[in-house]
Amino acid sequence: MNLAAGSNQPAITYLNHETTVRSWLLTRDHKRIGVMFLVGVIFALLLGGIFAMALRIELLTPGPTVMAPMTYNRMFTLHGVTMVWLFMIPAIPSAFGNFVLPIMLGAKDVAFPRLNLASFYIYLAGSLLTVFGMLWSGADTGWTFYTPYSTVSPTTVTPILMGVFIIGFSTIITGLNFITTVHTLRAPGMHWTRIPLFVWTIYGTSVIQVVATPVLGMVLLLVAAERVLGMGIFDPSRGGDPVLFQHMFWFYSHPAVYIMVLPAMGVITEVVCAYSRKNIFGYKMVAASTFGIAFVGFFTWGHHMFVSGQSTFGSGVFGVLSMLVAIFTAIKIFNWVATLYGGSIDLKVPLLYVLGFIFLLMFGGMTGVAVATTSLDVHWHDTYFVVAHFHYIMVGAVLMAFLAALHYWWPKMFGRLYPERWSFLAAMTIIFGFIVTFLPQFLLGNMGMPRRYYEYPREMQWLHVLSTAGASLLAFGFGLIAIYLLWSLRYGAEAPVNAWGSRGYEWYSGSPPVPHNFTEAPRFEREVHDYTVAEVPRVY
Amino acid sequence: MSTESSPWEEHFGSRENQSQAAQLGMWIFLGSEVLLFTNLFVGYAVYRYYYPEVFVEASKHLKADWAMVQTLLLVTSSLFVVLAVHAIRQGRQLQTVLVLVLAIGMGLGFLGIKGWEYWEHWKEGALPGEYYRLAEVPERGGSLFFTLYFLLTGLHAIHMLVALGLLGWLVWGALTGKYTAEYHIPVEVGGLYWHLVDIFWLFIFPLLYLVE
Repeated sequence: MNLAAGSNQPAITYLNHETTVRSWLLTRDHKRIGVMFLVGVIFALLLGGIFAMALRIELLTPGPTVMAPMTYNRMFTLHGVTMVWLFMIPAIPSAFGNFVLPIMLGAKDVAFPRLNLASFYIYLAGSLLTVFGMLWSGADTGWTFYTPYSTVSPTTVTPILMGVFIIGFSTIITGLNFITTVHTLRAPGMHWTRIPLFVWTIYGTSVIQVVATPVLGMVLLLVAAERVLGMGIFDPSRGGDPVLFQHMFWFYSHPAVYIMVLPAMGVITEVVCAYSRKNIFGYKMVAASTFGIAFVGFFTWGHHMFVSGQSTFGSGVFGVLSMLVAIFTAIKIFNWVATLYGGSIDLKVPLLYVLGFIFLLMFGGMTGVAVATTSLDVHWHDTYFVVAHFHYIMVGAVLMAFLAALHYWWPKMFGRLYPERWSFLAAMTIIFGFIVTFLPQFLLGNMGMPRRYYEYPREMQWLHVLSTAGASLLAFGFGLIAIYLLWSLRYGAEAPVNAWGSRGYEWYSGSPPVPHNFTEAPRFEREVHDYTVAEVPRVY
Repeated sequence: MSTESSPWEEHFGSRENQSQAAQLGMWIFLGSEVLLFTNLFVGYAVYRYYYPEVFVEASKHLKADWAMVQTLLLVTSSLFVVLAVHAIRQGRQLQTVLVLVLAIGMGLGFLGIKGWEYWEHWKEGALPGEYYRLAEVPERGGSLFFTLYFLLTGLHAIHMLVALGLLGWLVWGALTGKYTAEYHIPVEVGGLYWHLVDIFWLFIFPLLYLVE
């Protein structure tokens, strides 16, 4: 490969071979599209984070603090909509999946590069429409758009519904692109049993995206049509059934939790292997459990509806099916721990996030089993306990994995190293801040604090103050990360081609990679993350 | 950009590889399209269960005989699309254009009948939701039937329009000689999409027009 003089970086990379704005906006290179998605989801994270801070500040005192009740309702809706649809669902698959998946398979690009670019612009259009709806007057329905309220709410729900509907197309296209890529573009030597586990999880996620997203799209379209035409599908006064909405909505939105968490698990697997210098303990079990979660995830939607009047038998069945997810998740957790055990552990920042991830996933997962128990759920339903549970499992897991991926692949993507001490401090702040934010909310929920409430009894104030303090720490940690990562883009030390000495296949390409990923066809002769064989570092 | 001069894209290992990818991608997309319609079929099942008599009564206000004509048009057009794929595989571009134009004509005929049917519903007042004015069928249930009717047939009609655009684009490609006996992936996957639209109708037709 061609190296610049006096450096171990490739001279021509995907970043510098063309530098015009036009070459970025019309690119078909999956790496550039991944970077654009990364910028997009980080903006969404910032926006959702600002809404979250506003909520936490409002809840500092029992009565009104800084905003009116209606503003508060809009804030929590916008926080949820932004975080779920604009950040968590596309974050890892669309940004990091796009960047590393083809490289890991030894492919030059994804199967449909033009569709890939379209997927980004569809995401952008949907996001802009959603943000436009927010700025216009904002919805007050909560991110779940429950009917019949969402069909009559005087706020601007329709543009937000349509925005999320459009983003759904982006999700479907990305999913089908990845599935096709995995099936048709594997390089010679890339057998099914050699595919990196990150790719397996993205594949499983893509299957859920393709199967579940159309159902969500249609149900959002129905609510929008109901608002515009007064159709009455979900309006009981016209003979419709509001519970039907919940069935359709959760048929998508529960599997959507795994759209968020599965890629996160994939990242964690890569990082665990790289920093314990060992291949994963049980490759096949981890790959299979991905599909176990993806499959069972489709039969658990009823656990959102324990108190909606469905039959006791139905609730019981949904409860037991939901608990099955814990078994598949435990397979993964045991495998990560078993991989760490006896490994040559290098506690770099990405691995720190892995430890945070395992703690939050365990805690969130165990409380998940608790709320899947019908008798307990009747007590905790629609309280802060549920809020804390899903923040631990969805937000905690996605955030930890997102940050782990960001730090692990940063040198790969931009060819620069970030300052180790600052990143360590930021990681500790984030993990600690997260626990301080959401642990009190379990207690609040158990005391009976309902979700989405503007006011609360004075006895609960200290827990709310604690939670807001944690949120402030989180905000501080994010600020720190933003500063040193932006700093490193310009002033960071140049990264070696394989900054971590990882045996992941993506390091077979340059850091940053050349435009078509490889200068010659890569050969895959060992298992991924096989540290037992001696190997000269090589770049194709 | 190599893709402008040659239809073969360089990131695929071989031509068979590209063909496989295009087919697989289209099949996955078709699967997700099926699930898009599933919501409406589920809604239909639920409300038919809630209002069985009203649904039967309301369906008598649809024009089943004309729907039969539409069905014949669609199924025949699908046959022509199959013939187009067959022709282009042997490199007969003119024949491909001819049968595709016939298929497009039948699709337009289908949409014409649909438009006229909608107009009749409009005059009768058989409209969705709050615009429902059909006196003979009770509003509770009746308005839901027509809501689902318009959603199902409307969504199908939108898909028809997209599919017709696709066929038109294939005609253009065949006329300009872009497709040959070697390279005919777009005709194959475009044809698949047309068959999907056809199959949706084969479910919608009995559910709305025939079931009693």
